Amino acid sequence: MNLLEGEREEILNSVDEILTSSEINRRNLIPILQSIQERLGYLPRPALEKVADAMGMAAVDVYGVATFYNQFRFHPPGEHQIKVCMGTACYIVGGQIAMDSFARRLNISEGETTPDRKYGLERVACVGCCTMAPVVVVDEQMEGSVTPTRVDGILLSLEANGNGEKPGEEE
Amino acid sequence: MTKFELLRAEAKQRIDEKQGTTLVCVGVATCSMASGALKVKDAFISEIQRKELDARVMEVGCMGHCYAEPLVLIKKPGFPALLYGKLDEDLVERLVEDFLANDDPCFDFALAAIEPNDSFPTLADFPRGFYEEKLILEQCGFINPEDIDHYLAVEGYRGLVGALDKSSAAVIEEVKSARLRGRGGAGFPAGVKWEKCSQQDDKEKYVVCNADEGDPGAFMDRAILESNPHLVLEGMAICGYAVGASKGYIYVRAEYPKATSRLRIAISQAKEKGLLGKNILGSDFSFDIEIFEGSGAFVCGEGTALINSMAGNMGIPETRPPRMAVSGLYGKPTVLNNVKTFAYVPGIVKNGAHWFRQKGTEQNPGTAVFALVGKIKNSGLVEVPMGTTLRRLIYDVGEGIPNDKKFKAVQIGGPSGGCLPEDALDIPIDFDSLHDAGAIMGSGGIVVLDENDCMVTVARYFLEFTQHESCGKCTFCRLGTKHMLDILTAITQGKGSLSDLDLLLELAEDVRDGSLCNLGGTAPNPVLTTLRYFRDEYEAHLEEGRCPARMCKDLIAYYIVPQKCSKLCSACVGSCPTEAIYTREDGIKAITQDKCVKCDNCLKACPPEYDAVEKLSPPVLPGEKGSEKK
Repeated sequence: MNLLEGEREEILNSVDEILTSSEINRRNLIPILQSIQERLGYLPRPALEKVADAMGMAAVDVYGVATFYNQFRFHPPGEHQIKVCMGTACYIVGGQIAMDSFARRLNISEGETTPDRKYGLERVACVGCCTMAPVVVVDEQMEGSVTPTRVDGILLSLEANGNGEKPGEEE
Repeated sequence: MTKFELLRAEAKQRIDEKQGTTLVCVGVATCSMASGALKVKDAFISEIQRKELDARVMEVGCMGHCYAEPLVLIKKPGFPALLYGKLDEDLVERLVEDFLANDDPCFDFALAAIEPNDSFPTLADFPRGFYEEKLILEQCGFINPEDIDHYLAVEGYRGLVGALDKSSAAVIEEVKSARLRGRGGAGFPAGVKWEKCSQQDDKEKYVVCNADEGDPGAFMDRAILESNPHLVLEGMAICGYAVGASKGYIYVRAEYPKATSRLRIAISQAKEKGLLGKNILGSDFSFDIEIFEGSGAFVCGEGTALINSMAGNMGIPETRPPRMAVSGLYGKPTVLNNVKTFAYVPGIVKNGAHWFRQKGTEQNPGTAVFALVGKIKNSGLVEVPMGTTLRRLIYDVGEGIPNDKKFKAVQIGGPSGGCLPEDALDIPIDFDSLHDAGAIMGSGGIVVLDENDCMVTVARYFLEFTQHESCGKCTFCRLGTKHMLDILTAITQGKGSLSDLDLLLELAEDVRDGSLCNLGGTAPNPVLTTLRYFRDEYEAHLEEGRCPARMCKDLIAYYIVPQKCSKLCSACVGSCPTEAIYTREDGIKAITQDKCVKCDNCLKACPPEYDAVEKLSPPVLPGEKGSEKK
């Protein structure tokens, strides 16, 4: 995904700030990457290069560590990030069905963001809410017992209050 | 009065000051938040304010009764403490009006009372409460996890005080004599590990708490950290004292933000009170705890991978020995235990090894905490003595399978466990017994499966998980699991032949033997156990192109039975996300098979009195039967 105008400067400034406020050593690599992702929502390439520079590591090594872990994203997240839980309990009662429904409605695959950067769709291993399965986390808000009809409801409520507000309960 | 008694007296006083007012405890943990606990909490607060009542609302953790979330415990002076489940804003309004403002406890909505009384049954009167024995979950859901005073008031940190009065050797002896076995799943004796670490001649040592609970279907560690974080901190501090470490780390999973934030609060409060930090309670012992947030790699639950990850590397396991107790984090002697293992420690030190050994079995003393999920009525977090049978756990504690469905299997121990059939239900659960049946206790995730679950799909699911999470170091794990996954995927699509099953078994053995760590070593378990106990299902897929549980998408078709369709209702049409359902000229609904995405919506939408939608497997529609035959 291409960087937007001015995004590169913003990325570099943020990384600069994080690097100056943290101790630069290998033990801190993962916490630093976490801070960057927390700030920017993902790990853009210029950020990884800058971290590698500061750490005195090859960029490929930083990239290697980052890609090893599931938490790190290399695509910018959507304005609304949708995480579909694929834990055992969710899977057996239709987690995949929920995933398919989101993918179909948003026209993207898991791990991707819609071109307008409005919605991002990702798969998470287990959010530990097995009793509410299948579970979807929409902008940090847990939604239990998700069926395709609820998928439509969730997306509609996001459309309706698109200002990043929590989606309302639909009937 | 000692420093500790002073702290306790202060805490009690602060809590007592608030006695006499009504207390509304709202269970707020991740799963209750998912079912709307925060809304319930806000509704209580605003209703109480509106009516200007003398009542307080407090956040507590998880009580384990997840099937009845959101849960609220109301303590009103003059009434037994009552637990209410499945609350929403309307019920809150009613409870505030009838119970808080007036004196009608609305028994209709109550789940149970907490203490024995004359008016309402307690939790212990239900089979679940009868069989449960809570050693580490005792306070979960009853104390405020964000207020250390609550923990102090229930004898918290007394274990640490007791430990500081003894020699570190005596503390280790107590843990050894309790025969506490590691609750992360391996069941290694904790005392032995601690002793080894204490014998190392090194100034710098570490205590690491493994809270990287990655098993899908397991949430015990999360619930404990969210509901009673101080219990774990206390256990870690005792361990630090016993082995001579002054620094502890909690490796928390990235997906557990609530647990992390509550841990942070707990650590800072404990430091403030002098229960962590320099010269704890005036003694020579100093101990600090820091949080390290994981980044979502299942393999990091393995010890060597975990410490690699903490050092800023990829979480790749390494060969052992040296044991962690000799050379662990940053090359220093390290004790690495699971959340639950640490949680048992304060009780053992406080009440003696005997207290712990009283529960459970000879070789597996104590209790086990399970996350009971899947097709089960009373899903949730349960703590039962070791040696309880699966049958008791599923049918008595969990009250069996919902919707009158038939039990099929129980999946125990996460992706490294196995699927056991009905015959295996009488096995007592402990670290040793399950092994012979092909499963393991693992960390304690139990997923109950019913007749609608396809065992091939379940095995495929777990293999997909382990294949994805394999770190890639060992060839067998990296490529073997991939090959197995490809075969299983083909079977769920009805492709392949019976000889593939032999190949699967062969690969399973190789992957097990050729992998360094337990991720690969146990990855074939779900495949091996399902092949052992449910071979006929595999055969049905391969020979008849049929999925007996009607779960595999490629082997089913949805069909509306014309004789049953009411003609007048359009519930299925409205529910179809792809407009695959249309109305025939005679008013009966039918499905355009090409458009159907098999999402199950029409089946759910069809009113039960018509029950017109059926899943067919093999996917041959009536009337097409002749034409389908080649």
